[in-house]
This record gives sequence, structure tokens and C-alpha cells, in this order.
Amino acid sequence: MLTTIVFLPIAAAILVLIAGRDARVARAIAVIAVIAELALTGILFASFDRQAAGFQFVERAPWIPAFDINYHLGVDGLNAPLVLLNGILGVAAVLVSWRITHRAREYFAWLLVLQSAVFGVFVSLDLILFFVFWELELIPMFLLISIWGTGRREYSAMKFLLYTLFGSAFMFAAIIVLYFSFPAGERTFDITALASRDLSALLIPTALVFGGFLVAFAVKLPLFPVHTWLPDAHTDAPTAVSVMLAGVLLKMGGYGLIRINAGLFPNEMARFALPIAVLAVIGVLYGAFIVMRQSDLKRMVAYSSVSHMGYVGLGLASLGASGAALTPVGLQGAALQLFTHGTITGLLFVAVGLIYERAHTRHIPDMGGLMGRVPLIGIGFMLAGLASLGLPSTSGFIAEILVFLGTFPVFGWITGAAAFGVVLAAGYILWAAQRTLFGPRPARWDHLRDASAVDVAAMAVLIVPILAVGLYPRLLTDVFSVGLVPIISRFG
Amino acid sequence: MFSEWAAWAIIALPLAAFAINAFIVRPLGAPAARLAGYVTVTALAVTLVLSVLALMAVQDAHGTAGYEPHLWFAVGPFDMTIGIFLDPLTAIMLIVVSSISLLVQVYSLGYMRREPAHGGHAAEERAVHAGAAHAHDAHGHGGDAPVGDGVSREHPYADYPRYFAYMGLFTASMLGLVLSSNLIQLFIFWELVGLSSYLLIGFYHWRPSAAAAAKKAFIVTRIGDFGFLLALLYIFSHRAELMAAGLNPFDIRDLHQAAPLLGPGVVTWIALGLFAGAVGKSAQFPLHTWLPDAMEGPTPVSSLIHAATMVAAGVFLMARMFPLFEESATALNLIALTGGFTALFATSMGLVVHDIKRVLAFSTVSQLGYMMLAVGVGAPVIAMFHLFNHAFFKCLLFLGSGSVHHSVHTFDMRKMGGLKRWMPVTYVTVLIGAISLAGIFPLAGFWSKDEILVAAWEGDTVGRLVFLFGIGAAFMTAFYSFRMIYLTFHGEFRGGIDAVPMAERIPDEAHHAVHRHESPRVMTTPMVVLAGAAVLSGIVANAPFDLGIVPAHWFAHFLEEEAPHFNWPIAIVSTLVALGGIGLATLMYRTNAISAEGMALTLKPFHVLLSRRYYMDELYEGLIVRRVLYRGVFQAADWIDRHIVDGTVDLAGWLGRNTGRAMAQVQTGQVQLYGVGIALGVVVILLVLLTQGGG
Repeated sequence: MLTTIVFLPIAAAILVLIAGRDARVARAIAVIAVIAELALTGILFASFDRQAAGFQFVERAPWIPAFDINYHLGVDGLNAPLVLLNGILGVAAVLVSWRITHRAREYFAWLLVLQSAVFGVFVSLDLILFFVFWELELIPMFLLISIWGTGRREYSAMKFLLYTLFGSAFMFAAIIVLYFSFPAGERTFDITALASRDLSALLIPTALVFGGFLVAFAVKLPLFPVHTWLPDAHTDAPTAVSVMLAGVLLKMGGYGLIRINAGLFPNEMARFALPIAVLAVIGVLYGAFIVMRQSDLKRMVAYSSVSHMGYVGLGLASLGASGAALTPVGLQGAALQLFTHGTITGLLFVAVGLIYERAHTRHIPDMGGLMGRVPLIGIGFMLAGLASLGLPSTSGFIAEILVFLGTFPVFGWITGAAAFGVVLAAGYILWAAQRTLFGPRPARWDHLRDASAVDVAAMAVLIVPILAVGLYPRLLTDVFSVGLVPIISRFG
Repeated sequence: MFSEWAAWAIIALPLAAFAINAFIVRPLGAPAARLAGYVTVTALAVTLVLSVLALMAVQDAHGTAGYEPHLWFAVGPFDMTIGIFLDPLTAIMLIVVSSISLLVQVYSLGYMRREPAHGGHAAEERAVHAGAAHAHDAHGHGGDAPVGDGVSREHPYADYPRYFAYMGLFTASMLGLVLSSNLIQLFIFWELVGLSSYLLIGFYHWRPSAAAAAKKAFIVTRIGDFGFLLALLYIFSHRAELMAAGLNPFDIRDLHQAAPLLGPGVVTWIALGLFAGAVGKSAQFPLHTWLPDAMEGPTPVSSLIHAATMVAAGVFLMARMFPLFEESATALNLIALTGGFTALFATSMGLVVHDIKRVLAFSTVSQLGYMMLAVGVGAPVIAMFHLFNHAFFKCLLFLGSGSVHHSVHTFDMRKMGGLKRWMPVTYVTVLIGAISLAGIFPLAGFWSKDEILVAAWEGDTVGRLVFLFGIGAAFMTAFYSFRMIYLTFHGEFRGGIDAVPMAERIPDEAHHAVHRHESPRVMTTPMVVLAGAAVLSGIVANAPFDLGIVPAHWFAHFLEEEAPHFNWPIAIVSTLVALGGIGLATLMYRTNAISAEGMALTLKPFHVLLSRRYYMDELYEGLIVRRVLYRGVFQAADWIDRHIVDGTVDLAGWLGRNTGRAMAQVQTGQVQLYGVGIALGVVVILLVLLTQGGG
């Protein structure tokens, strides 16, 4: 099952390259593939046993036996929802690419490879396999931004690449150190095996190994101050890539932080919780401040991501608590924020992309009154915006309040300051809505066409989980809980 | 017995009206559009019946109808429950919300619809012109006059269902708020009330002023909600004490018993946080600035916001959590002072405004101040009694102002005058509302205002102080209520929208013309009903003596409070003060014995200060938001990010490039090549791993 999920998009990508000389054929193959993926991930999520701890759907085969490197896949409560998220985002990304004609065959192929790589990252339980997928994701991202992007696309693509490679170098070093810290015969790359070992005496201080992973994942999340690749990459990427980037690629960072940093190094996680919390809160507020100054819609959404991913860092840092203050609430909030931010910001980028595709500008001061012309896009934008500002009944609220509830008893006013982010978010979202959707409309926008059925489908596939989780959070909280309990149990 | 399902249905029915209008009626377009109003009216009629049944059930049960909370989701020690809390306080609120909302919806059937008498081709004509910028084109005076404040030029059929959909959502949110058994559940509905009012204030979203006012309402109230949120977090950080006693930290009934466990220090902070939320929602100083701007929505929306939903939520929250707040004298004193000050402060601004809806808006702020004052001096039941009475007469006054607008298409009282001749029903009903607002015996407003003043007088030092605030506010309230009556309905007619130069008109109202007439019956009937309530609600609901069907002091006893006693000296003083205000208004605006213009000139600095609303908008928006934040903090953060944080990265990249010039040949610009390079890189890394590992 998991192998199919991971490699089906690559297989489809090959098919696209072979058969997709006609753009419509390429598109059709891609659509079928992502819908099949959504169905598969949906089945996986639905058949996931919410009572059982540990990994399910495990697949394991020796890959490079000399080093005990295994092809080891599995899902638990932590990554099962993220696999579903990637299935959802894949559909949105392909649908929003409906009108791509420039080198469509390669475009769809790379988009599918990207989805495969992300699946691989989420389900790999072997560090080397994890790392290979982690790096594999860079190739399609780099090409998609630099060929199909806009503006300074090559600069942005290169910046994205270098930043990530910079982080990867640290991660790779950390992986190697981890491996060689044990005597021959006991060496392993297996995440589940490492999770039950004492990692306090390694070749180098454990804090450095922890730090190696932390750098890689903090860049990806991104955590202040290593976030500046994100606005550039988002701004210049094509819509579908922005959707995937915000939707799932950032979540790889958050997933890594929880699975590896917290899962393997509880002591270090607890030690560095406060600095992480402080950086996270700076990110929340500082990101929100900068959003207010942006006049490019995509850049605005990108910085809002910096702000919102700060909540993930903050929720994670709740693990620094001890005694009664240590609860799964904050970590649950962080995990939920990964999922919910993926759908919400994905939707924001879809809506912004649809506007850009029609208006050929993202410059906010040029817009106005679009609600009268493109109400469907406007509704999509508003729903995403309201969810982004944490409106109750959307999933954004549940994630944020859990982060706040979980961390306030630990960090007090640090959390209080972060909670002010909800006021700032209301400010920038509604101000942007006012300037783009409402008010008088310049005559040049009188002929914009509203969303097509395909565009509506791209938005709907994201709106459904936003509202479903917002109204019935147990869809996710019960699943995340079984995944997070083993991690939490090693703290305190 | 009132089943829990019925209680949920009270929320579900208006919500269903929202869903039906939004997802079925609106997409069907023109043929179905007119159904929208009936959908919402029907849903609310049933809701009202259920609310009455709920009230009777609570009455029979002599107290709270308890329903077990349901688990919504659980995370670690955090059990998020939702449920129904139906006690006398909720039952009263249900009646207020559903009856006011129903009347407003009925009125809206007339107000929001284009009258067929004005020519049936309006919509088609507009559809043809869709998209064309014909803002100032005053074509077709008779044929193209939409009744109401205006319609979207592009979606003439969409606005009517949209309006009734939002109204359904608004009402459902408020009903959910009052029925909540859990503080977080209450917060959820609290925010949804905020969302609905955002949507309704910004209903004419193509008008810049409406878009700005909607945003302002949401953000200003959200600043208060930040306090609410902090209170929730603070409660949760004390969950250990509560859970040890078997209490759920967010269950409202449990919190009512929590005061001794938490102690006055903790309770003070919780109370202040929740009060911050109430200050935002109920437009108390210093977060009152959104309410006067909230006039931008259709007038029936203002009516609902000011009477039963939105602003009432803050006072309700205070009354709901009062059993906890009682523990903290500090918090109560602050609530009393804030309320008393707001009452006085807001009335002063109401003295000088020309927009009839803004006069009413300031009067709402000040009346809400009275209610907060009552909570602060330890009389939440009296606060609720005032909320109850105020809901009817304030709703009436707004509907009246809408009715007037229907005739003259402006809200500027300087352009009105003499309308009682053409609009007798509107005149009489609004006059009743104004007398009630002024607090004249024996109308509704008198009874509750008087009880508030008595409660304040009998309090401690703070009580005496806010009593003086209340008396001062009573004088000015009576003054501007009658200033409004005289300017609108008496004297000579001053031209209505015809007297407004074309350039000053709102574009989509530019083509309107004055048509002095009484409003249709669908609009006047709700006003007449409300006028009846404005006369009777005070005396009947909380009569000082037994009325037969209604026992004496029913309202107070129902809310499990001792009957307030009547204080003759205070009643006489407050009545004299109110009559004094009316007298002054009569001298200035009726007999013209005192020149209003002369007065304004004599007191010019004061007059300017009031007209500019104490410069608080300038302070908030001009100084804090624009200068300190937008051109200060935000700009600095943006600059730092581009030049320092990102600059460091670019510098590192530049150094890297220049040291690696030899690599330049490889940079052929072919991105595919880079791609292959990266792929190779991955393979190389793996190979290195394999060879170096040694195994």
C-alpha cells in the first residue's frame, strides 16, 4: 500500500513523459494519478487503526544490507494525516495547473515526482531513505520554479536550493554521526530502532547531532531567522508549486522536528525548548509585522506562512515543560497546525493564483472590488483568509487554540505575545481582502472571468478539510494522539 | 420538559436558513430570490416558538434545565465539551434574540426588496448596465429606484438571498452563544457573531466606507477578544485546582462554583480578560470606535446589532459569568467605572452628530454603559432587565430610521424635517421609542434605568460616582432623543436627498429621489409591535405590583434575584433630569428660543471636540496604526528582513560565488543541467556513504 502511494506518481510521471506529447494527455494522466492518490491516501487514513499504537502498513525490505540500510516504510498517528494532506494537495496542485501549456509534459511529470518525494519523506522510517527522498524533492522544486516561475525565478530557485542543501549538509552529518556512534553490528539507520536507544553518548555531543537535524528542519519549516528563502521562492514559483510548497514541503520540516528531534532526542528537545519557543514567537510576530508591509499578494501569503509556522515551533517547544505542565496539548496543536496550515495556505495560494492568472498582476494597490466580478474566487479567498486568522469553525482555530492552551502554562507571556498574532492576522487578512476584493473596482478589471468548474474543484478539495476538521476535530486529533503519545511518554 | 434536541434546534433552524439561502436559493438566481426572505422568517418564527417553550419549561422547572455536556474532542487533560446550558438568563436572552430577529426579518422583507410599484424592469436594466461605470448616471428616477440602501450593480438577484443568509447565520451564532455550556464553545459562537456582523456591516462591499467599517468592527472587537483568549489560557493554567475538585475548567456551570478554589487574585485576572472581550463586543470605552462606523450595513442590520445580537453579547457574558466575578471586588469596580464612564462619554458625542443612525449608535454605546455599570455594582439582573427593555426600543428606533430613509434616502437630519405629516405611523412609533430611551415614566426605559441608578446609589464610593455619571448621561440622552425627534419629524421639510449635491452622494444611491410616503405595512407592523413592547416591557415584565397574569417582579424573581425596591427620590430626580433634557431640546430645536448654531459657536472648542469624537479615531488610526505601526514597527521589520536577515544570506552567497569563479564555466544557464547535477550530487553522496562506511 505505502509503496504504491509513494511510487504511483513517479510511475505516472514516466507515463506522462512517454505519452504526454499532447498537453491534454499529459494533464489527463496527471489528473488521474493524483485522484488515484487521493483515493489511496483516503483509504489509508480511513483504515488506519485509531486505537493501535505503533506503526501500521509497515513495509520492510533490505536495501543495502552491508550498512543495514532498509527500505522501511510505515505510518503511525503522526504521519498518517500528513500522507492524506499530500494526497489532497496533489489534487489541488494539478487542478490549478489546468491551463499550463508551456512544456506541459515536463511540468506535470515534475509535479508528480514532487508529490512522490514528499510521500517518501513522510513515510520513510529509515534515515537514509528519508534523506534520499528529502533530497529528491529538491530536483522538481528547483526545475519547476526556475522554468515555470515568474520574476526573478532563477535567483529564487537557486536560493531555495542552496538554503535547503545547507540544512541538508548538517542533517547528513548528523545521520552519519548517529550511525557510527554505535559499535559495528549495532549500527542502524532505523528511526524506530533509534527511538528506543539511549543517544546520550555519541561520537560528538548529542546536542550537536540534535542541532544538525534542527538546522535542516528549521530551514524547511521555516523558523526565524532562516526563513528568507520562503518569500522569494513563493513569490516566483508557479501557483501549483506555491501550493505544494506551503501545503506540504514546509510540513516536512515540522514533521522532521517532531519525528526526529523530539522523537529521538527528548533530553535535548527539553533543553532547547525555550530558545525554540523564543525564535518561534519572534517568527510569529515579526512575520506578521512584515506581512502588513507587502504589496504583492503572494509575498503577503508567504510571510503569513512564516508567522503561522511559528505556532508549530511554539507548540513543539511545549515539550520543554515538566511535571503537570507537560501535556500533549501543545504538541497536538503543532501537529494539527501542520495539517491545517497546509490546507489553508494551499487554498490562499490557489485563490491568489487564480486572481493572478486573470489579472496578470499581484500588486494589491492595483486591485479592488474583485468580489463583484469573481465572487467564487473571492469566496475561496475569504474562506482561506478567515481560516488563516483562526476563525472558529475552521481548522485554523483548533490548531491555534491547542498551541496556546498547551504552551501558556509553560511559557506564560511568551505564549501571550504569540497569541497577539491572531489580532495581527485579522489585520492583514482583512486589510488585504478590503483592498483586493472590496471597494470600488477599477474599470480594467471589468472583464475578469470567474472561476471555472475546475478552479472551483481545486478550491473545494481544500475547503472540505478546513471545515470538516474545524467542525469535527476528532477526525484528526484522535489520530495524532496515538502517534504523539509514544513521543510524549519519553519526556518529563 | 424541554428536550435537548429542541434546544439544539433553536440554533439549527436559523443556521439551516443560512444554508438554504446560501447554497440553494442564491445559486438558483432570479426566480427563487424572493423565497430567501420567507425561508429566514419561517425559520425564525419556529425558533421563537421554541424559545417561548424553553422559557416556560425553565419557569416550570424553577431553574436550570440541565443537560449533560458532550465530548467534542479530547487531547490529554483537555476535554473539550459542548452542550446546552438553559437557565433563566439564557431563556430571557432566547426570547429577546429570536423575537427581535424575527421582527427585523419581517421588516427586511419590505426594506430589502425593490417595490414592484417602482417598475419591474429595474433589475433587467441594471443587468444590462452591469460592469459599466455608470455611478453618477442618474437614469430612470422612477423606474430604477431600488428600495433600500442600494443593490449591487452586478448581482441584483444575489444580494437579497445573501442578505437573508447572513441574517440567518448572525441569529444562529447569537442563539448558540447564549445557549453555550462551555466557555470555549461560547467563544466560538462569539467569534461567529463577529464574523456575521463583519459580513453584514460590509454588505454593500463595493462601497469603500462599508468595507472599511466592516474591517474596523472585526479588528477592534478582536483586540478585545485577545483578552478573552488570554482569560481562557489563564483558566487552563489553573486547571489542576479545578480538575482536582472534579470540575471541567471550561464548563460554565463548573466555573460558577470555582471562585473559592481560585481565590480573588486569579478571578480578577480572569474577569478582566473576559471583560476585555465584552468591552470590544459591547463597544465600551476605549474600544467603542467601531460601533458608530458600523452604520454602513443595511439599516435592519444595525437594528439587530444594536438591539439583540453582537453588542448584547458582551453584557450577556458579564451576567453569565457573574457568579465567578462576584469574588473580585477589583474587577467589579473596574467594570462599573468603565460602564459609567462610557455611558457619559458616549452620550456627549451623541449631542452633536447629524446622522440619525449615529445618534442612535452613540445612544447604544451609552445604554450598554448603563448595563455594564449595573453589572459592576453587583446587579446583573438589572443589567439584563435593561438589556431586555433596551432591545425593543432600540430596535424600534433603528427600524424607524430605516423607514425615514425609505422616504428621503438620507440619514442626515439636517435634510429632514416635518416628516410626521407624511409618515404618521413612523412618527408615533419612533416618538414612543424616544420617550422610552429618554427614560420617562411609565415607559420601558424608565423602569430599568431607574433600577440601575438605585443600585448604583446604594453601592459604595464607586457606586456613588457612577451614579453621577448615570444622571449626567440621562440628561443628555433625553436631550438628543428629542433633538432627533424635532429635527426629523417637526418643522419644515429640508429636501432629503434632493438637497444633497450629486457629488456628495454615495454612487449607488445617486439616482434616488425623495418620495415622501409612509412605509409599507410589512415594515410598519414590526414597528408597531415594538412600540407596544417599548411601552409595556418594563412595567409588565418587572411590575412593582401583581398584574394578574404576570406576578409582581416576575423578571427579577425569574432570574432568582430579590425584587428591586422602588426609590422615590431617585425616580423623581431622574425623571426631572430627563424632562430637563427634553425641555432644553424643545427650546433649541422646536421653539428655537435658544439658537443651536449660536450655542455651537459659543462652545466652539467643545463642539469641535465632540464632533471629532474626542479625536479617538485620529489617535487609533492616524497615530497608532499608521504612524507607530505601519510606518514604524512594520516598516522596520520589513527593512530588517530585507537588509539584515536576507542581506546576510545574500552576502554569504556573493562570497561563495566570487571564490568559486572557476565554476563559472559550468553555469551554462541550462537549468536542466543543474537538475542533472543535483541528481548526480545525491548519487555521489550515497556513493561516498557506501565507500567511506567501510562496513
